Amino acid sequence: MVKLYVPSDMASVALGADEVAGALAIEAARRSLSIEIVRNGSRGLFSIEPLVEVETAEGRIGYGPVYPEDVPALVAAGLFDGAPHAKRLGRPEALPFFARQTRLTFARNGITDPLSFDDYAAHGGLKGVRKAIEIGPRAIVEEVFQSGLRGRGGAGFPTGIKWKTVAEAAADQKYIVCNADEGDSGTFADRMVMEGDPFQLIEGMAIAGIAVGATKGFVYIRSEYPFAVRAMEAAIRAGRERGLLGQSVMGSGHAFDMEVRVGAGAYVCGEETSLLESLEGKRGLVRAKPPLPAHKGLFGKPTVINNVLSLAAAPYILAEGFAAYRDYGMGRSRGTMPIQLAGNIRNGGLFETAFGVTLGELVDDIGGGTESGRPVKAVQVGGPLGAYFPRALFDTPFDYEAFAARDGLIGHAGVVVFDEGADMLKQARFAMAFCAVESCGKCTPCRIGSTRGMEVIDKIAAGQEREANLAVLEDLCHTMKLGSLCALGGFTPYPVMSALTHFPEDFGRPPEATLEAAQ
Amino acid sequence: MADYAPWSPEKAVELIAAKADMDGALMPILHALNQAFGHVPDEAAPLIAGALNLSRADVHGVLTFYHDFRRRPAPHHVVKLCQAEACQARGSAALTAHAEQALGTSIDPHGHANARGVSLEPIYCLGLCASGPSALIDGRPHARLTAERFDALMAETV
Repeated sequence: MVKLYVPSDMASVALGADEVAGALAIEAARRSLSIEIVRNGSRGLFSIEPLVEVETAEGRIGYGPVYPEDVPALVAAGLFDGAPHAKRLGRPEALPFFARQTRLTFARNGITDPLSFDDYAAHGGLKGVRKAIEIGPRAIVEEVFQSGLRGRGGAGFPTGIKWKTVAEAAADQKYIVCNADEGDSGTFADRMVMEGDPFQLIEGMAIAGIAVGATKGFVYIRSEYPFAVRAMEAAIRAGRERGLLGQSVMGSGHAFDMEVRVGAGAYVCGEETSLLESLEGKRGLVRAKPPLPAHKGLFGKPTVINNVLSLAAAPYILAEGFAAYRDYGMGRSRGTMPIQLAGNIRNGGLFETAFGVTLGELVDDIGGGTESGRPVKAVQVGGPLGAYFPRALFDTPFDYEAFAARDGLIGHAGVVVFDEGADMLKQARFAMAFCAVESCGKCTPCRIGSTRGMEVIDKIAAGQEREANLAVLEDLCHTMKLGSLCALGGFTPYPVMSALTHFPEDFGRPPEATLEAAQ
Repeated sequence: MADYAPWSPEKAVELIAAKADMDGALMPILHALNQAFGHVPDEAAPLIAGALNLSRADVHGVLTFYHDFRRRPAPHHVVKLCQAEACQARGSAALTAHAEQALGTSIDPHGHANARGVSLEPIYCLGLCASGPSALIDGRPHARLTAERFDALMAETV
């Protein structure tokens, strides 16, 4: 019996993984060989996907990228025995991209069968929730607080404080809401957790539920992630059958159940209050804060709303103790961050590491530079609302405060690389155009400002009163940044202003003029 | 292509009733109708409003806020090309231009179909950001697309 692994991850499937699995089955049948194909999650290096692994005496041996048409020749060359071939990669975990990572949240991704509860338990799963039950709500909140975990969705608010606020609120019903509306381009960590290790998210939500006294959870997944929706729904069913969810979580007497809700293509619903409105069945309009969701959240009840990665970090923190997590990182950014290397980059994928790695190490060293082979021009960090960084700022360490100090943000840790073919005026215009399409319309700076921003950039592109219009653009960005209700209007100026500041020549302005204007 | 049922108020009422007791039922109901019929026609709004004790304006407001809900029957084939930054960095603009030419249509957020019943629509991120340009063709994901690969996929699709 030969055991093979072919990822079911949406990216792997988009590259032909289903057809590869089918072709492997055909080749095995042709040889009357009995095989088992496990559809694992992706390990997260997409240049080698679809990755086929075969279990051998020396461990799992990887081949990649394997396209459906490669399969007959690979099998003929001895893939089922782990034999040599140009596409043989050896043990995947020994590849530098993986060997250099610190995988706490992604420890099981790509290793296990995502929908096997037994596999999950056999690979360290459920230790966190068992510990949580043992130590009780107050101590759980303390563990999470002491770990230094900050909201991984982008805002970086201490998760422990959020949980404490909800735990202390008195109410007949409280909720745990998982924000899985991962709309930022360049990010896919939430998707990979949900597709590749869904029980970890369920366990994290159950821990949060026990900690704050919430009995009901929702995971709000964007509709662009159909694979994640299916995986989470299947895992929730299995979780109920195996007692991780239900009237008595793992026999503890604490009740917690959860369900999946699907978004409908509105980027702004990744903003937490807009997401809550959407969950309630309303237009995704941003709410003014206060009241905070921790006091009045879903259906007006105290609600923990956390990103997928924040909740998925909880099982590790509980299982290993807060110090094990806190001891990674730098400054006030503790633990690890699953960084997503994307765009025009040779080694794109999921790179989980302690905070403190520099942007240059990520792009040049780990990422291997651009895939096109042309020089890097700009790197956008933190999604459509994140700043464009030039090579001159590649010494910036991955840390919430260090990025803020350079007028950027780490956001959800997406790193999108552009080569010298990028036109930064076009990128700035796109930021405004995207904001105009996705604005919920509630506040004026975002609703009107984004459209005016596009128009002004068009005038600049046409060379129409360039300096005057650049001044208007800067003023407009200032207004949007300070006057918008949420991060959509408030952060759209980041990509726009960073493009203008670091790449003035693309706006028809000599570099010196921008420096003077800035002074 | 997706197999949609023709609009039927009776079937719609059934689908609505099946989810009406959920907390925040409106979004799940709109998804159910959109999936069953390929769109949510205007006639659906009063049916939903009645079942959920909402005003028609409330339902209309939600229906028109979200990009996913179609208000006219879905095209036979839907090609959604990612237009977001990570795909831009990997050549989505050139691929989009090629697709527009190949399909004889322009990329259209409102989903108007060409003469062969294919619509070309933008999508903002499928989370396949290290292997773009990416697309969803009749719901199936594709990555590392080139003009040649796109043409081959369209030949299989239409």
